[in-house]
Amino acid sequence: MTAAPVLLELRNVACERDERFLFGQLNASFYAAQVVQILGPNGSGKTTLLRILAGVSKDFYGDIFWQSRPLKDAAWEYANDLLYLGHLPGIKKTLTPLENLRWYAAVQGGVADADLIRSLAEVQLAGYEDTPCYRLSAGQLRRVALARLAFSNAKVWVLDEPFTALDKSGVAELEARLAAHAADGGLVLVTSHQDINVPDLQWLNLLDFSVDAQSLNSREDAPYG
Amino acid sequence: MVKSSPLASSLFWATFKRDLVLAFRHKGDMLNPLVFFLIAITMIPLALGPEKAVLMRIAPGIIWVMALLATLLSLDSLFRSDFDDGSLEQLLIAPYPLTLSVMAKILVHWLATGLPLTLMAPLLGVMLSLPASAFAALCYSLLLGTAAMSLIGAVGAALTVSLRKGGVLISLIVMPLYIPILIFGASAVQTAALGEAYNMQLAVLGAGLAIALLLAPLAAAGALRVSVNA
Repeated sequence: MTAAPVLLELRNVACERDERFLFGQLNASFYAAQVVQILGPNGSGKTTLLRILAGVSKDFYGDIFWQSRPLKDAAWEYANDLLYLGHLPGIKKTLTPLENLRWYAAVQGGVADADLIRSLAEVQLAGYEDTPCYRLSAGQLRRVALARLAFSNAKVWVLDEPFTALDKSGVAELEARLAAHAADGGLVLVTSHQDINVPDLQWLNLLDFSVDAQSLNSREDAPYG
Repeated sequence: MVKSSPLASSLFWATFKRDLVLAFRHKGDMLNPLVFFLIAITMIPLALGPEKAVLMRIAPGIIWVMALLATLLSLDSLFRSDFDDGSLEQLLIAPYPLTLSVMAKILVHWLATGLPLTLMAPLLGVMLSLPASAFAALCYSLLLGTAAMSLIGAVGAALTVSLRKGGVLISLIVMPLYIPILIFGASAVQTAALGEAYNMQLAVLGAGLAIALLLAPLAAAGALRVSVNA
């Protein structure tokens, strides 16, 4: 595993929300061909960490490196290599699944409609291409968002609770897709409260980096950023 | 199937097309400011009486004030649904300048509110017995003014998008910036109604639009980053 190149590296990352440190001194390296499940109880900062890693939130201390370059300098390359699926699926309910995917296809520079339709078929939504999304169930809506994985050319997938509302076969399909992405040399960072059944799954437990009140006092002197 | 051309697949056009489709599917949201504009102006002759002299005098001001309020009414929805469904985050992290995507959204907003308001205005001018000499001025001034208002309003909408009830705040932020547009817009129509040249007012409106075009998308993009970050 160590032979694989380091894609993302976190150095001394800390995050404060509402005058409370969610996590601190977070040092971690993420390699190609890895699936990492980020663990932690509710409110431990899983979503916050993913938002930081996705570049949505820039409100943190410490440094992040993308392929050994500081994220600030490599923001463009990183954005091109990133697929972020947030807690909110980013799907317009008034549009059809195909129209939704067309916008995401434009984000990565255009994908033929035939490929998008195939992607929808892969998440068991064949025949729903032109149904408005407000007619779909919660699980189907999640599947529309997950169809983005099927045509994505991004190296890094940052997925926040992607298993929500999926049925058993949907969970298995997604696990297979994550494993396939890792086998292709991609990196998957995922949060989930369920056990994920993927070979060579790694864990990052945010509780290991939680900050208690005592160490917080000593930390206030430490220079961050 | 052929891969679409680089221009057609750029995120600017994708966002523009998507938002235009959304605007037409949410017809109620689109019609709301227009119906307000129509009804509010229809009320004026009913309330003040049909005296031509009175209506003629107040028509430029009334039409401009109502156009301003109608625009204000439509601002809150500019980024709201994107914020609620997570599309805004995706827009933020896309490898594409946020300023341009914001520009696409503002353009759709103007096409869905500012342009129809401008097209409706002459009709309402007839209702308020606006002199014939003022119709061109009304259209030109509204064309420039509503575009500037969409641009400036986007900054207010971006600043307040993360607040649950941002409606009042938008008005407070945006109103002072709308006042110069209102003054010069109404003045252009007033001057034209008196049969005089209104080039100066149009030039000022045009200059305002040019400045807004340069700065507002930048400011709105910055404000969106702050709003989503919080």
